[in-house]
Amino acid sequence: MAHLHTYDALIIGAGGAGLRAALAAGKNVKTAVVSKLYPTRSHTGTAQGGMCAALANVEEDSWEWHAFDTVKGSDFLADQDAVDIMCREAVTSVHELERMGLPFNRTPEGKIDQRRFGGHTRDHGEAPVKRACYAADRTGHMILQTLYQQCNKEGVEFFNEFFVLDLIMVDGACAGIVAYEIGTGQLHVFHAKSVLFATGGFGKMFKITSNAHTLTGDGPGVVYRNGLPLEDMEFFQFHPTGLYRLGILLSEAARGEGGILRNKDGERFMENYAPTIKDLAPRDMVSRAMFSEMKEGRGAGENNDHLLLDLTDVDPEVVEKKLPDITEFARTYLGVEPLEEGVPVVPTAHYAMGGIPTNVKAEVQRNAAGDVVPGFYAAGECACVSVHGANRLGTNSLLDIVVFGRRGGLEMTEYASTHPLLDIPDDAHRRAEEWIEALMEGDGAEPLADIREVLQNEMMDKASVVRSEESLTDVHETIGKLRSRYERTRVGDRSKIFNTELVEHIEFGFLLDMAEALVVSAQARTESRGGHYREDHELREDEHWLKHTYAVKKDDGDPELTYRDVTLGRYTPVERKY
Amino acid sequence: MDVRLRIQRFNPEQDDAPHFEDYTIDAEPMDRLLDCLHKVKAYEDSSLALRRSCGHGICGSDAVLINGVNALACKVLVRDVKQPITIEPIRGLPLIKDLVVDMDPFFQGYLEVKPWLIVDPVAKEPERERLQSQEERERFDDTTKCILCAACTTSCPIFWSDEGYVGPAAIVNAHRFIFDSRDDGARERLEILSSKNGAFKCRTAFNCTAACPRGIQVTKAIQEVKQAALFGSF
Repeated sequence: MAHLHTYDALIIGAGGAGLRAALAAGKNVKTAVVSKLYPTRSHTGTAQGGMCAALANVEEDSWEWHAFDTVKGSDFLADQDAVDIMCREAVTSVHELERMGLPFNRTPEGKIDQRRFGGHTRDHGEAPVKRACYAADRTGHMILQTLYQQCNKEGVEFFNEFFVLDLIMVDGACAGIVAYEIGTGQLHVFHAKSVLFATGGFGKMFKITSNAHTLTGDGPGVVYRNGLPLEDMEFFQFHPTGLYRLGILLSEAARGEGGILRNKDGERFMENYAPTIKDLAPRDMVSRAMFSEMKEGRGAGENNDHLLLDLTDVDPEVVEKKLPDITEFARTYLGVEPLEEGVPVVPTAHYAMGGIPTNVKAEVQRNAAGDVVPGFYAAGECACVSVHGANRLGTNSLLDIVVFGRRGGLEMTEYASTHPLLDIPDDAHRRAEEWIEALMEGDGAEPLADIREVLQNEMMDKASVVRSEESLTDVHETIGKLRSRYERTRVGDRSKIFNTELVEHIEFGFLLDMAEALVVSAQARTESRGGHYREDHELREDEHWLKHTYAVKKDDGDPELTYRDVTLGRYTPVERKY
Repeated sequence: MDVRLRIQRFNPEQDDAPHFEDYTIDAEPMDRLLDCLHKVKAYEDSSLALRRSCGHGICGSDAVLINGVNALACKVLVRDVKQPITIEPIRGLPLIKDLVVDMDPFFQGYLEVKPWLIVDPVAKEPERERLQSQEERERFDDTTKCILCAACTTSCPIFWSDEGYVGPAAIVNAHRFIFDSRDDGARERLEILSSKNGAFKCRTAFNCTAACPRGIQVTKAIQEVKQAALFGSF
């Protein structure tokens, strides 16, 4: 038996996108948020540097310049209609967050302060521009807190520590979800007129990642298993400055405030790769430059296996006031004093550009032709609009979640107000129940941790910043083997209450699905673009590849790939130089 | 190196009362205690229940008692604590399983202080942002850092003995708004915090300040709220 709940608007995930959607829907229709974590634990809270919007509070700026930078940063894979919407609505979105109480840093005149960030420029690439609105280096924390505060004020209902396992589909439309209550081990059926997924990313498939342990692609995994496509999965962003060995993020704001990347000789190597904006080049370019430096023996340390982020020339007061958290991370986890010495950093798996395909109304698409799944929406990192294309610019994720979370919430309101609840079968929870039973009854004896480690190491070595047909074929084979090992594993903990071992097993299943979709999509794309770099196909090939990948799971074997042309606009693809 | 851990275990489906189990695992001096707990779960006893997410002190999931002191397991390194390392759930909240406690009463206390911006409903909203000087913004900066991990509240001896007390974290979040120049709800909140379960229950034990993984001056914030309630100065 499963418990039954009924809502007009049901949101899965309580990060920025989910809470913003809940706020938009909650004022109008009966709304609930289902979250694997307590809302304030969501990964939005760890975003540091800022949220870009062309407020022009500090320097001349315009939303068109922001749109140009976003398109160029995306290596021209972003859909330009969606980018225009995001950059235009950025301005009102930031003002709205301020009026909700978000404590932005201020200019001497009391306006929202702005600072530089990677890839954001004045007048189409002329020079870096101050566009990122921020609250010290805890902008994401303040967005998450502010949205949670507002949801509580509006009386939005929360189901905390509920884990989404399945979609309920009726004649091609979405009619709810099935969730597992971690505290009791019981299944719940959420019957809803409209459902929005905002479950975040899946960086835990990589060994070095800035992502939380809980970021395992649950939402996209559920979508994939229901035969719906995932878009542009081959594009995964590696952020240049993860703490050495740990991957903990040091915000790009560190470079925005004047920090410099140096190799073992103390050379500012980004001057050789991006002569105009140097250390503030987009993340894919900086991460690749770091890989080159390390490969050519110019990495720091005994093994040339990291670079150094040098903050020693930045005014110590700026470091303490505007970058307090990241300096503390360096002190706490590496025992390094950033005011006196370089901080060891490596590229860290940071952000999935791909995910559940949506249009600009956050409606989920069921195919590359753009047909939608009625009643089903997605927003935030789990979704792919696509505003980030092949490489997301820094700060645009916080913008994405607020803009498209809000749009999703408003669309759900409209849909729920004009459509009836669909009838669902009594055994809608059956498949989820069977998945759990299978995991509890496997015959394998090996620890899940071992299998997970193999996946994370292999993905890091063979499918991260640099890829090739050979490396991708290797990791593809490994994923196949891991899948059979995973199917044999058994959950040792038999308890119902807080069985986190079972939760981790389910999560790993989703991670395997994500890795499979990523690798197969990456094998097919025989070009280099943004975060997808093939050393055997080094050039971007617009003639063949100015298109989005849609991967659909097949029962036996690899996903099937289809493609959709990029929506172009004012900006014609040109070579990307900085 | 070998690291010895003593972890409080409790499985509500089997045990009448919590007990300690000893584990020895291989870890490095720079490893986080969270890494150690993961190793225990991976290779010693997969049923060990704990909460964690971001792993670097921002999400606030993994507040536990480490050698008798509240901290986040992901912010304490092996080299900085004496062995055997005793790890227990935070105190004062109902125990669910192993290191997991029921957080609902904690969030209830938080909600009591109306932790959201309250604005005068008749005042006209600006179309752009409200203006706020750098000094006004600085006034409540410290208390905006709160991640609601409950390390402060569950280190407070008053909170342990008095379940009605809203606790330090709730007062910190009230402070964040009371001293925000944009907020018009100070009087409402101070009335709530002047009641019998409010700020005046605090006996300035300073446990909360010591426990805060974000370095917030919690006791100072509570004192400022008390003064605001007494003298109307905010």
